[in-house]
Amino acid sequence: MTAQVRDFLRRLARNPVGMLGLALAALVILAAALGPLLTPVDPLKQSVLERFQGPSWRHLLGTDNFGRDTLARILYGYRVSVAVSFGAVALSGLVGSTIGLAAAFFGGWIDRVLMRLMDILLAFPIILLAIAVLAVLGPGAVNTALAIGIVYTPIFARLARGPALTVLSWDYVSAARAVGAGGARVVVRHVLPNIFAPILVQTTLSLSTAILVEASLSFLGLGTQPPTPSLGLMLSQARDYMLLSPWVSIFSGFAILLASLGFNLFGDGMRDLLDPTLRGRDV
Amino acid sequence: MIAYVLRRLLDLAFVLLGVSILVFLMVRFIPGDAVEIMLGANTDITPDRVAALRHGLGLDLPIHAQYWKWLTGVLHGDLGTSIWTGRPVSGEILARLPATLEITLLALLLALALSFPLGVLAARARGSVSDVVVRVLSIVGLTLPTFWVGVLMLLVFSLYLPGWPAIGYVPFTEQPLGNLARMALPTIAVSLPIIAGLTRILRSSLLDVLGSDYVRTARSKGLGERIVLYKHALRNALIPMVTVIGVQLGYLLSGVVVIEQVFAIPGIGRLIIGAINQRNYPLIQGIVLVVTAVFVLVNLLVDLTYAWIDPRVEYS
Repeated sequence: MTAQVRDFLRRLARNPVGMLGLALAALVILAAALGPLLTPVDPLKQSVLERFQGPSWRHLLGTDNFGRDTLARILYGYRVSVAVSFGAVALSGLVGSTIGLAAAFFGGWIDRVLMRLMDILLAFPIILLAIAVLAVLGPGAVNTALAIGIVYTPIFARLARGPALTVLSWDYVSAARAVGAGGARVVVRHVLPNIFAPILVQTTLSLSTAILVEASLSFLGLGTQPPTPSLGLMLSQARDYMLLSPWVSIFSGFAILLASLGFNLFGDGMRDLLDPTLRGRDV
Repeated sequence: MIAYVLRRLLDLAFVLLGVSILVFLMVRFIPGDAVEIMLGANTDITPDRVAALRHGLGLDLPIHAQYWKWLTGVLHGDLGTSIWTGRPVSGEILARLPATLEITLLALLLALALSFPLGVLAARARGSVSDVVVRVLSIVGLTLPTFWVGVLMLLVFSLYLPGWPAIGYVPFTEQPLGNLARMALPTIAVSLPIIAGLTRILRSSLLDVLGSDYVRTARSKGLGERIVLYKHALRNALIPMVTVIGVQLGYLLSGVVVIEQVFAIPGIGRLIIGAINQRNYPLIQGIVLVVTAVFVLVNLLVDLTYAWIDPRVEYS
């Protein structure tokens, strides 16, 4: 496995787009993790005298209508974005892959029932299902992660089931079973490693879209609630004083774009490297 | 083909039944007493009013009877009544549907119109500067927060073109030019990721097709590049584009729901956000059900079109 990882990294280093994505994604995660260390400014501290400022040495990205520092709020906003997106994708990845694996492994009516349920979830337009879940659970960051997690679950279930079915039909898996390997052992030792690559790629790409969905929901007022700094919410509030000071609108939206773009490029680069059918093509 | 269509219709019925059960159960999933929550913001709550609402929503029946009553109502076009206005939910939705559908349709047309030349350009001039530019833009476009683009457009227009009616909505039937002027910015904003997605797919599928044997045959018998591209390659390259249109419509709809908030357009998106803020659950349920049903139907049509134009599709 370590040799594979090293090989993967070596090939990644030769993929400039993937590297750029990795760098951006790493930057966003670092900003989220180290936010308070990177800026001494309290993102909630208001200052009437410093309202509506443009970029300056004191406030690199300016201030908002309460005189709060935009850079500090973006760094703290990344915490919420990253936490919600990672939570949502981890939830859907774990639950979805388990459902897909179970469907493939047990087959028969269990397969049919599970995948039918997934089809029903897939029938809803993404944002509408997330909105409906939030309408039931109420707004907030944790509920947003749950909502996005539910929305993404069928994607992972479908993704895991297909390759799992293929692997389960291979001779060496039948051989492993024949010599007495139990179901759990077959799935963990033989199926999982073989479906790991597409799931990893999907995880990264899902992070990219989850960041956008989280920002959309917060922008609509259904996600993270004030005064917690959140990128979507900042953009929504900044609209009210856009002509007085456009800086918050410009920077908070750009911050969303950078985060989503980073994970998308990285996922794309990973797909090129991990998917043998795409290898060598610059799609 | 007929058997395939029938099977897809059966699938559709099943999925819609499942969707209806989930939408119906929405209200039961609310933590706490749904009726009290719905009346929460209201000051004049009397026990009578609570009981009346409970009865009106059918919450005093056993759950399967509730579902049956609700479903038969839905099938007759009765989606219940909006708690705050007292008007039928179906009417409220119908009043808001045109604006949302108009942006969605215009954005889809714009995306198709632009992704065509862009995808062909990038594939024909593979590796050139224009190819690289198209590819970079299409990656960025995919991750563009459309509501941010909308906000920036509003900023630019209010600074440099303050006379432009950037916000609000007038029906096309009343004021065609005023309608299109107001629809232009939101349509462009939501179409950008779709343009990016379709361009990317067309470029890569065109490259696939251009490298295939039958295209080599066409070239080797002396056909001009133009004929090879437009008469031979493009047709097959379009098939993957058709298959993803359903998925792209889902993204598009998500974009529209949010962009309505930016441009103050009275569509489905604003209706559902308002309904959530008022805890108007019958209205929320109605919107989710109607929009999902439309979405599922359109997806089925896309799939059938795909099966129809591509004879290689196996009906299994």
